[in-house]
Amino acid sequence: MNTWLRNLFLPNPASIKAEGVDDLFMFILWLNILFFLLIAGLVVLFCIQYKRKSATQKTAHIEHNTALELTWTILPLVLCLVVFFWGFNTYMQASVAPDGAMEIQVTAKKWIWSFGYPDGSVAIGKLWVPANKPVRLIMHSEDVLHAFYVPGFRIKQDVLPNRYTETWFHATEVGDYVIPCTEYCGKGHSEMKAVVKVVSQQDYEKFLEEGDPDEKGLPPEKLGASLYVNLGCSTCHSIDGSKGQGPSWKGIYAQQHKMIDGKSFEVDENYIRTSILQPQSMIVEGYQGIMPSYQGQIRERQLVALIAYIKSLK
Amino acid sequence: MADVIASPAVHTADHGHHADYLSDPEHKGIWSWMNTVDHKRLGVMYLWCVLAAFFVGGLFALLVRLELMHPGEDFMNAEQYNQAFTLHGAIMVFLFIIPSIPAALGNFILPLMLGAKDVAFPRLNLASFWVYVTGAIMAVTSIVVGGVDTGWTFYTPYSTSTGGAVTMMTMSVFVLGFSSIFTGINFVATVHKLRAPGMGWFQLPLFVWGIYATAIIQVLATPVLGITMVLLVMERAFNIGIFDAQIGGDPVLFQHFFWFYSHPAVYIMILPGMAIISEIIPTFSRRTIFGYRLIALSSVAIALIGFLVWGHHMFTSGESALAASIFSFLTFLVAIPSGIKVFNWIATMYKASISLDTPMLYATSFLLLFGIGGLTGIFLGALSVDIHLHDTYFVVAHFHYVMMGGTVIAFLGGLHYWWPKMFGRMYNESVGKIACGLVFIGFNMTFLTQFFMGSQGMPRRYYTYLDQFQPLHQFSTFGSWVLGAGLMIAAVNLMGALRGPKNAPANPWGGTTLEWQTQSPPITHNFVGQPSIEHNPYDYRNFKVPSDAV
Repeated sequence: MNTWLRNLFLPNPASIKAEGVDDLFMFILWLNILFFLLIAGLVVLFCIQYKRKSATQKTAHIEHNTALELTWTILPLVLCLVVFFWGFNTYMQASVAPDGAMEIQVTAKKWIWSFGYPDGSVAIGKLWVPANKPVRLIMHSEDVLHAFYVPGFRIKQDVLPNRYTETWFHATEVGDYVIPCTEYCGKGHSEMKAVVKVVSQQDYEKFLEEGDPDEKGLPPEKLGASLYVNLGCSTCHSIDGSKGQGPSWKGIYAQQHKMIDGKSFEVDENYIRTSILQPQSMIVEGYQGIMPSYQGQIRERQLVALIAYIKSLK
Repeated sequence: MADVIASPAVHTADHGHHADYLSDPEHKGIWSWMNTVDHKRLGVMYLWCVLAAFFVGGLFALLVRLELMHPGEDFMNAEQYNQAFTLHGAIMVFLFIIPSIPAALGNFILPLMLGAKDVAFPRLNLASFWVYVTGAIMAVTSIVVGGVDTGWTFYTPYSTSTGGAVTMMTMSVFVLGFSSIFTGINFVATVHKLRAPGMGWFQLPLFVWGIYATAIIQVLATPVLGITMVLLVMERAFNIGIFDAQIGGDPVLFQHFFWFYSHPAVYIMILPGMAIISEIIPTFSRRTIFGYRLIALSSVAIALIGFLVWGHHMFTSGESALAASIFSFLTFLVAIPSGIKVFNWIATMYKASISLDTPMLYATSFLLLFGIGGLTGIFLGALSVDIHLHDTYFVVAHFHYVMMGGTVIAFLGGLHYWWPKMFGRMYNESVGKIACGLVFIGFNMTFLTQFFMGSQGMPRRYYTYLDQFQPLHQFSTFGSWVLGAGLMIAAVNLMGALRGPKNAPANPWGGTTLEWQTQSPPITHNFVGQPSIEHNPYDYRNFKVPSDAV
């Protein structure tokens, strides 16, 4: 029963923090069930037992009962204090990252997550970490508020534009864990997702040396198609011709584009490259200059792949 | 306590029937309504307005749920969805639920319960109504001219940087705040000054205690919201750098300001609901309320401690561990008075004579739904668990159980309870019960599912979602249709009764408080002569239930 309820309510625990949070969650859940059954049971019982039988039925005149009232003041108070201290304890234990934790810089902006590693490399949309190692995240936002949430790890922290906030985790199981943004940030909020890739130490080192193994051995067009989602392009650019925050990619290659400053360009490889790296320099008429720059966050191979993908969308 | 009994029949029945406030020949025509200072007419006008707001807010809720039938875009894109949930929230909070019970039912019933002819400042009451209408028109205008997509919480810097009619909407909230303050001031003065002879503080009906505690919060907290909204507008218009980080402001400061009002506002919403339940349960149990003083004082305790817990909305905002712990601790303290009330209401049903008429059916629904709403608050008060649940559907489900399962269910109970008094007509009892049943089932279908989604990690304010959540989202959407159907049936039943003859007796339920001692609907001056209090409310020992009671 307990395991069944646990699985009904909580995702698989995948960090050392999760167990403590889940134990408290289950304790409160049982308290909830117990008290709800008590309330519902009494209400139903009294409604049946004391159903009005005649208009002149006599009723008890009980104004109050000090012992009873003290009981249902003090008992809930004690239980609440237990929950408070338990919650406080697990929160404090989990609030400071242990010494020697690996540090990763997290940058949030509408509507992508990017991760800066100790060796200077940057990955967008995927947070590669080794299992069984504490990881400390130092986070900031380049625009509005966002929030970093990993349900599998039971961690959440708002990301602010005016100062760093931090959180940490210690993943226990290899696997992929979704990072949904949980602070409302506008149009792309529901699609502002990233993934924590928890891998073995070996695979992690390989990632640092050789880049994303998921991208290896893919033909450029296929790689471009996966980057289209992973890098957040899909939030604003459609591939079916419908109008989004930015121009649709369908059939865009070799089109003539008119800019807001009146100039006109043909969409070719260099146009796409500049649009990705310095989007503010090329704003198409009818759109706002809201695209973030990917300068320094995207590898040459990825650029080529995206261009190949765009060319394939006829 | 005074022990002498007044027979309710003494004061009114002997004087024959008088023209009621609805058909008073001295007050005829539209103009007599528009500039009326009669608290009853103002209450009725407020009622139509808040019901209209409830209808519009409900339509947006149905649209939001419909879009969530499938992941991805169904019929609204992300921008339209964001506007829809913003308008659902803003309309429900500022135009419906805050004024619903105090301004509509409270305006009508509170002076009657005190044995007064009107509120203390009738003209201020009229001003409050028209200020509300002005604010409502501004809110509707902002929807039409540009839309608002900030969420009802207007968090900065999103709200200072997004387009649309945010300025108009925040100004509307500013204006609506004044309406709320006016009502609050009026009720505080009325309760202090206009009680019938012999009515001491502990002879006040518990509805009055609840509305009084609410009025205190309205007067003290609403100005903070007003100032916050003005600062937000100035930030948008002049970039002065209070909340916007790019020019030196602090976005988290806005959250402190906002929740310093909006958490007490949660009690502005729930206390009047509790106040109604404290009336319905003793009346339909024909038994004195259990623990009168504790219920009365717990309302005041909730109102005061409620000012000190706003930081529990911000556990993940980066506030310090010390602040978070203090707010968590105080949050658990404020839960206790609500728990006491629930147990006292249940104890009132012990050895009673219970009749499950429509209002009582709503009151028992309230006990179960508000029970779940309150109990699930314990998850959210606990620091480490809240980190996981914050800004997920778990929170959405929790506050809908409190706001809708609590306040709206109590409001519906109160409407069915006082409808005969307000309009002099009885509605169809069986239809009323069926509607209540549908509302109960539909509500649980809609929101119980959301607890599971939330704790599994479904964030709120998402127009699309991971495939794993689809079955629960669909079930929730089906539930919203049942809920909508139940509410429509209740509305048709109540409205339909208005077409019938005035058939309601003065005291159809056998209530002991003063509003039942005047005819239904009451005369313009409420009572013939000055009613006096000779027994405590809910004292059924020697109370003669009228023979025409249901």
